[in-house]
Amino acid sequence: MRQAIEVHGLVKEYPGLMAVDHIDFTVAAGSVFAFLGPNGAGKTTTTEILEGLRRRTEGEVRVLDLDPWKDGYALHRKIGVIPQDFRFFEKITPREGIQYYGALFGTHPDPADLLRRVALEDKADSRYDTLSGGQKQKMGLALSLTNDPQICFLDEPTTGLDPHARRAIWEVIRGLRAEGRTVFLTTHYLEEAELLADRVAIIHHGRIIAAGTPTEIIRTRGRPERLLIEAPASLADYLRTNAGVSAEAHDGRVEVPLGTKGDALRVLNAVATSGIPWEGFTTTQDTLEDVFVRLVGQMDEGTLKSEGHA
Amino acid sequence: MNGRRLAGDFQVVVRSYVRNPVALFFSLIFPIILIALFGAILGGNGSVSTPLAVENLDHNSPASQAFLAALNNTSLVQITMVNYSAQNFGVALGNNGYTTGLIIPQGFQANYTNRTPVDVFLYTNPEDASDAGIAESAVQGVVTAFNLHAACSTCSPILGITSRNVGSQVYKEIDYLIPGLIGFTILTSPMFSMVDVAASYRKDGIFRELSLTPLTKAEWLTSRILWYVLLTFISAGIMIGAGIVLFNAHVQVNAGILPFLFAGPFLFVSLGMLAGTVAKTPESAALIGNIITFPMMFLSGTFFAVSLFPSWLQPIAHVLPLYYVIDGMNQVMLFSNATRALTDLVIVMAIALVFFGLAVRFFTWRDE
Ligand SMILES: Nc1ncnc2c1ncn2[C@@H]1O[C@H](COP(=O)(O)OP(=O)(O)OP(=O)(O)O)[C@@H](O)[C@H]1O
Ligand SMILES: [Mg+2]
Repeated sequence: MRQAIEVHGLVKEYPGLMAVDHIDFTVAAGSVFAFLGPNGAGKTTTTEILEGLRRRTEGEVRVLDLDPWKDGYALHRKIGVIPQDFRFFEKITPREGIQYYGALFGTHPDPADLLRRVALEDKADSRYDTLSGGQKQKMGLALSLTNDPQICFLDEPTTGLDPHARRAIWEVIRGLRAEGRTVFLTTHYLEEAELLADRVAIIHHGRIIAAGTPTEIIRTRGRPERLLIEAPASLADYLRTNAGVSAEAHDGRVEVPLGTKGDALRVLNAVATSGIPWEGFTTTQDTLEDVFVRLVGQMDEGTLKSEGHA
Repeated sequence: MNGRRLAGDFQVVVRSYVRNPVALFFSLIFPIILIALFGAILGGNGSVSTPLAVENLDHNSPASQAFLAALNNTSLVQITMVNYSAQNFGVALGNNGYTTGLIIPQGFQANYTNRTPVDVFLYTNPEDASDAGIAESAVQGVVTAFNLHAACSTCSPILGITSRNVGSQVYKEIDYLIPGLIGFTILTSPMFSMVDVAASYRKDGIFRELSLTPLTKAEWLTSRILWYVLLTFISAGIMIGAGIVLFNAHVQVNAGILPFLFAGPFLFVSLGMLAGTVAKTPESAALIGNIITFPMMFLSGTFFAVSLFPSWLQPIAHVLPLYYVIDGMNQVMLFSNATRALTDLVIVMAIALVFFGLAVRFFTWRDE
């Protein structure tokens, strides 16, 4: 598949700080790419370099086969951007803003349609300075779509939105993908990335510490699947000695890591033969968030090296 | 320049201003306040003595000097010595903003000592009855005193007064004030707001937002210029109207001032943008704006005609761009001197183009 974004050896240095430290990744055209990382990881810095808003210190960056810094003027006609802290003219309404951007881009967007897509129709004629934080964010998203962009850069588009509004934005992102557009998304909501993204990259201290599809990352970097049995602690001892698994008891539950599918059957058989009373069981798996928290923690402790390539 | 982009951006500028009622109210009411305030100060007859331009053609003879000293002692007039010998005195008075003037003729002392009748020439403007009345009574008083001093029972009075009118076109301070105050708003309203806009749009990321669109910096600046041109047209109209209605000002209103109402905002929007570009924060922008604006506000002929400045100060006025805007409007509205107005206009346009070019070149949407 054609690459919409290609990044090789990207470095951004601020005075006394390596904000982005030799990162590599590619984003396939038509896919949703989620860029994750804790506060100050370098997400916005990277995003703005891709958008042609910041100059990189080093490295090779191509967005739609253009150099974002040198060919910014050409690139900007083809991309849509919603910055992390979107601000607009105080006295202008969403409808007028869309018409304004239509004039600037030489397009004829339908304000009603765009505003419906981002669930902001009811505020079409309210001035920017009277909108709530989430409504402003939606206005920014609507504006970023006025030029029919090939790539949408969304820097934390759902931060501060209520659950309903967040789902509306998710629908917009799904719609963008269905229309064949590429989406570059940063977010602090890991479940959002898991739901929407074809691929994710986790950046921390300017380095990519994990990359791949969400399932890949969970599979390779997460803990194994675990069986949770509601039973007294004595079951844990029984399983350790009789089933050869590393069972642990806490909070009235016994937790057993499952290496293979066979493990589950073996453990459940052992439970049945133990004669110890049990109430029920569930299996549990790491979420992307669990993996994220552990990887970031490990890197802070210095027990994790960054991945060279994503 | 793309017409649709320019029109779209202009519309945003207009809406932003019009929807800010306080700002709009002040930008429309401020010109009236200025005219009313300064007109009242200058027009009030209070304790201020009437300015009297005096040309002494009797080579500062002791008698003529005694006459002027006596005139000065009346405290009714404030004497300024002038030298218009090469010109028609009445016209020259008018051109220099005097409503009253006095010529002491050559041979004044000789005639007075010989008791040969001799007249001083008093120029007044019948339309400005109060100044005329004050000057007449002051001069009449001194003439009478001098005649009494030289009196004898047989002889007729030696000194007399010949009255003449101040030149065809007569200017009062309010007349000067109108181009000056129009210049003042041409300077201040774009300067103060552009430096602020430049710095705060950068801080708020509005420039970054705009940099992601095809709008060019030249288009952005042009739509601001167009707005301030429109605002200047309106406020100049208000000021001229208020000056005429409230203070009976005599200014020629013709299309000749329109180029200045265009070139002036063009210049100062560009300069304001340039100043805001140099500044890194809104606070330093305001400071830089003030440093540029204040000298120009007072030294360019806004409130006082530059010709009244001490001679060492005049060259400074001549390097301030606003001087040429105001001088040009003076030439059009008061003196009908088209050649000089055109020269001023060329100077203003040239400076405006340079500032516009520099502003477009140096202001940046994105962090470099
Ligand atoms: N203009 C700047 N000058 C100096 N340092 C900067 C600048 N912008 C960002 N930084 C620093 O670079 C690092 C990365 O910042 P960046 O904004 O890219 O983080 P982020 O991942 O987007 O964080 P968040 O999730 O909080 O938005 C931070 O340590 C930040 O302090
Ligand atoms: Mg950020």
